Amino acid sequence: MAVMNIREAINKTLMDEMERDSNIIVLGEDVVGGAGTAGGQEAIGGIWGTTPGLYAKFGADRVIDTPISESAIIGAAAGAALAGKRPVAELMFADFVGVSLDQLWNQMAKFRYMFGGKTKCPAVVRLIYGAGMNAAAQHSQSVYAMLTAMPGLKVVLPATPADAKGLLTEALRGDDPVMFFEHKALYGVKGEVPDGEYRQRFGEARMVREGGDVTIVTCGRMVGFGEKAADKLAADGIGVDLIDLRTTSPLDEEAILDSVESTGRIVVVDESPPRCSLAADISAIVASKAFTSLKAPPAMITGPHSPIPFARELERAWIPSPQKIEDAVRQLLAFR
Amino acid sequence: MQLSRDDLVGAYRRMAIIRKFEERLHDEIKTGEIAGFTHLYCGQEAAAVGVCDHLSAEDLIVSTHRGHGHCIAKGCDVKGMMKEIYGRRDGLCKGRGGSMHIADLSVGMLGANGIVGAGAPQAVGAAIAAKLDGKGNVAIAFSGDGACNQGTTFEAMNLAVVVKAPAIFVFENNHYSEHTGVDYAVGTNKDIASRAEAFGMKAWRANGCDYFDTYETMRELLEYVRAGNGPAAIELDTERFYGHFEGDPQRYRGKGELDRLWEERDCLKAFRAKVGEAKLLDLKLLDDVDAEVAQLIEEAVSEARAAPPPDPAHVAEDVYVDY
Ligand SMILES: Cc1ncc(C[n+]2csc(CCOP(=O)(O)OP(=O)(O)O)c2C)c(N)n1
Ligand SMILES: [Mg+2]
Repeated sequence: MAVMNIREAINKTLMDEMERDSNIIVLGEDVVGGAGTAGGQEAIGGIWGTTPGLYAKFGADRVIDTPISESAIIGAAAGAALAGKRPVAELMFADFVGVSLDQLWNQMAKFRYMFGGKTKCPAVVRLIYGAGMNAAAQHSQSVYAMLTAMPGLKVVLPATPADAKGLLTEALRGDDPVMFFEHKALYGVKGEVPDGEYRQRFGEARMVREGGDVTIVTCGRMVGFGEKAADKLAADGIGVDLIDLRTTSPLDEEAILDSVESTGRIVVVDESPPRCSLAADISAIVASKAFTSLKAPPAMITGPHSPIPFARELERAWIPSPQKIEDAVRQLLAFR
Repeated sequence: MQLSRDDLVGAYRRMAIIRKFEERLHDEIKTGEIAGFTHLYCGQEAAAVGVCDHLSAEDLIVSTHRGHGHCIAKGCDVKGMMKEIYGRRDGLCKGRGGSMHIADLSVGMLGANGIVGAGAPQAVGAAIAAKLDGKGNVAIAFSGDGACNQGTTFEAMNLAVVVKAPAIFVFENNHYSEHTGVDYAVGTNKDIASRAEAFGMKAWRANGCDYFDTYETMRELLEYVRAGNGPAAIELDTERFYGHFEGDPQRYRGKGELDRLWEERDCLKAFRAKVGEAKLLDLKLLDDVDAEVAQLIEEAVSEARAAPPPDPAHVAEDVYVDY
């Protein structure tokens, strides 16, 4: 197994899959970079460093720099997918989903259903998301809950390099539209990545650790925060079941319910505001399907009901922290 | 119409404040003290000032992610802006917005914007409001050569024409949208003004690195719009002297490109040369302005540094007027 970071895992997976399947095309803003400049194309290879080398290898017909036109980027991905290609469209910041929402929500998500199951739309949309860089209210959001709520879209959030490879490969082999979320603060996270063909099925959560006292369910960057909290708790003899969802649609309800049935306590950690959030969704599922197992009400650790602020002190206060997770676990254990 | 000595000194001062403000940020960002993404306006000073020098506080502007220059030209408090960029409690937007989200409605600055292309439709709305108020005010959308490719900008131009709103689309063509060249991204043979014309409005072109050309062209344009002829556009040919954002390695630039730009396209240098040649001003006056501006920026930075941070307890305030 090779050791690489999430950025490299995504780049390599795109390379390998494009090599394998000539129907895969990549499009987005500056995914090549330098078009129409004296410095020449591939001057940057994507502002996040996930797409360098693709243009040199696959050329301008398959690796397309677009003007700043998110609605056209996602709409073109939808159309190309209907026409038999496998587009991978990039939204440089997930927040820009706002500009392109109709093409995701009323179009891509609904084609198959509206057309009586006769079409498929195998588009992958890469959304770079998350807070932690003081990028303020329009460049920091985790919009996965909103897209999870849309029937027809699959929603994927790798937290490790291995999952980045496995889930992206799965997205490119499947036939449904997939929202592939990449947390900007996780790109440098390193880990072992299986060599050769490697697919990670959707709807199969990862049990990060098993401790038995309290269940923590989360995804993305919050998985690492959960681990930090779990380390602190372990020092006091408190064992945590930490579940990384990997995908929020489909959702691995079984993994969540199995764990809660044995722990009786659950904390859901969600890097988003609390209303209609992933935290609220999972708490509701647990409350309705594992009620008799619960020894305490489900706890939700989220941001406040506000946009994400700029200043360091404010952003830090907004984002869920390992400390808040740890406190929530202790409160659940003290509940009676 | 001849610009008075005060007008000239004032225009130079505003451009010099923008220049020094941005150059200082360029240095300060390297210290790591300033968080987030910062897009500097250096190189485009004549564009913002040449446009805004015609406006009153009742004329409204909407800005972009590269908004510091528009803010200063429209009269935002420079020290309040610096505090905002430092993320301070007493910043213009209480440290919540930062560099990309500075607004000050008291001077008619409706906001910088992190979403490219979001501003143009808002300017049309503001222009509709101005038309209703009937006082002859206008609303201006600053957009880049990149923003002009957003559907929102197209829709805004058409809407403005349809409702004959006193909206003005100022396209600052600095030849790049992030790392992509305008030659590639703007399909109309890199010509943005002709797009506006195609939507049915009158469009002007000017040298956005020349205060006088921008100013005089805007005078003509504003007379036309204020006379009730509906919207208009102007494409300003200008330059960005630094990276797209601070930290950009700028590999898309040609060899010697930046040196040439500083040499040939510096609007402050051009301003000095013009007023000197035409003997419009004693250049010593401009040296005095430079000294004053240096002092102002020094104070702005030291006061911002010393200013208190926001209280984390207030993180979720101001989401609504009333809830
Ligand atoms: C909707 C949206 N898409 C993409 C971006 C990322 N982005 C920020 S600035 C920029 C380039 C804008 O170019 P231009 O309009 O020419 O303005 P300039 O940066 O040259 O001032 C891009 C792509 C964004 N902020 N918002
Ligand atoms: Mg530009």
